Amino acid sequence: MAAKVLTVSSGKGGVGKTTATANLAAALAALGRKVVCIDADIGLRNLDVVMGLENRIVYDIVDVVEGRCRLRQAMIRDKRLPELYLIPAAQTRDKNALSPSDMVHLCDDLRPEMDWILIDSPAGIERGFRNAIAPADIVVVITNPEVSAVRDADRVIGLVEAEEKGPARLIINRLKPEMVRRGDMLATEDVLELLAIDLLGIVPEDEHILMSTNRGTPIVLDGRSLAGQAFRNIARRLQGETVPLLDLEAQGGLMGRIKSLFRPGGS
Amino acid sequence: MWLRPAHRYLSLCYNANMRAKVEIKGIREGLLITLGEGEWDERHAALLEHIQARADFFRGARVALDVGNQILHVLELSRLRDELSDRGITLWAVLSQSPTTEQTAQTLGLATRLFKPRPERPAPSADTSLDGEAAILVRRTLRSGFKLQHPGHVVVVGDVNPGAEIVAGGDVVVWGRLRGVVHAGAEGNTQAVVCALDLSPTQLRIAGRIALTPQRRGKPQPELARLNGETVVAETWNPGK
Repeated sequence: MAAKVLTVSSGKGGVGKTTATANLAAALAALGRKVVCIDADIGLRNLDVVMGLENRIVYDIVDVVEGRCRLRQAMIRDKRLPELYLIPAAQTRDKNALSPSDMVHLCDDLRPEMDWILIDSPAGIERGFRNAIAPADIVVVITNPEVSAVRDADRVIGLVEAEEKGPARLIINRLKPEMVRRGDMLATEDVLELLAIDLLGIVPEDEHILMSTNRGTPIVLDGRSLAGQAFRNIARRLQGETVPLLDLEAQGGLMGRIKSLFRPGGS
Repeated sequence: MWLRPAHRYLSLCYNANMRAKVEIKGIREGLLITLGEGEWDERHAALLEHIQARADFFRGARVALDVGNQILHVLELSRLRDELSDRGITLWAVLSQSPTTEQTAQTLGLATRLFKPRPERPAPSADTSLDGEAAILVRRTLRSGFKLQHPGHVVVVGDVNPGAEIVAGGDVVVWGRLRGVVHAGAEGNTQAVVCALDLSPTQLRIAGRIALTPQRRGKPQPELARLNGETVVAETWNPGK
């Protein structure tokens, strides 16, 4: 068994990297895979909060790298899913406490026992970002349908190409079909036309996300949420399945669909 | 200018005793190796040693050997040719002031002059030789944060995304969407042009002039922007004209 290392990155902050990491990890674990998440955002950790594991932290990733504990000791087992683990970031240090080669070694140690290693990258393109993508086999770039987020995603995709990590794959997060229909939000086609990379999935805006994040329960465990369904589909695509994109338009009601037929230049 | 001098100096290497030196030049026909002064045995050894030291560089080379006044007989020269051949090197010419050596070379079927008189060629017609200008071709998408600077012309086959920047001394041609910042004629060339299949740069500069792209309506069309006096004008490419 050799795990794949997947790094979730975005450049811009606040587009949903941590939420996506937590949810993809939970979805993959729910599919029966052995998954470990690594929070590479040293100094601003929050993957533990989103996963609801904050109060169980004893050791963190810097403790592992600096030899204060064994790797197993820093792996926190999830409350709900038995094969989901988290290696938390250190809160009291900064990005320079790790180096890209530390991350590569850490992942190499984890690979034999796991199916997936998911790394939550910090925002920005500095040291923390380079740490996060150094061990990656797959880089997933998250963006929102918004000009500034797409611009940063483009930059990150360029950097990933420069690191020869292969073509990055894209998740468009927080799409509001209603706003796209009115022409007030970038449409998926606009984003793809600019970024020109493989689309892994589209996650609609969903207020359940905020609630589940605050509760520390990944939304993929909530069967009713559309965003949860989108993340579950992405997890299946990562496993190599072909899953059609969610029909987000269907949520807009009959009138919305009729209007979209008459939208000038509509696709 | 495209042409480079044919006689490009490549390397110079001294043997330990400083007498039997070996000099190598790149020439149009391959490599020219000049042997220094000394006894043949010494020079021969120095040559082989030199080749041995950089076997990868020499493998597959076509070599002309300048032996100076050295008198060589068939036995010596054919042995050398075989030795070079064993190392993947083709000996095609031997240059010497010694008539004996020249004769030896001819006996072995080797050339004794580097430059054969070229056959008469018809006068070149105007349309087959053009003095090109230096340009670089970039065949990829230029993403945000990427800056491309070149003193000559720039040709991009791919998109130039917002946040990317091209600064060229000459023209900029984009076979794709141009949406970043582009500066043509950056060193003051007011004749420079910018053209793209979809010319929608964030900002377009030609020489010292700056222009912003007006909001486009409808489908993008190939356009060419140039300076008309003090203003930047963009013309749509019209195949009908």
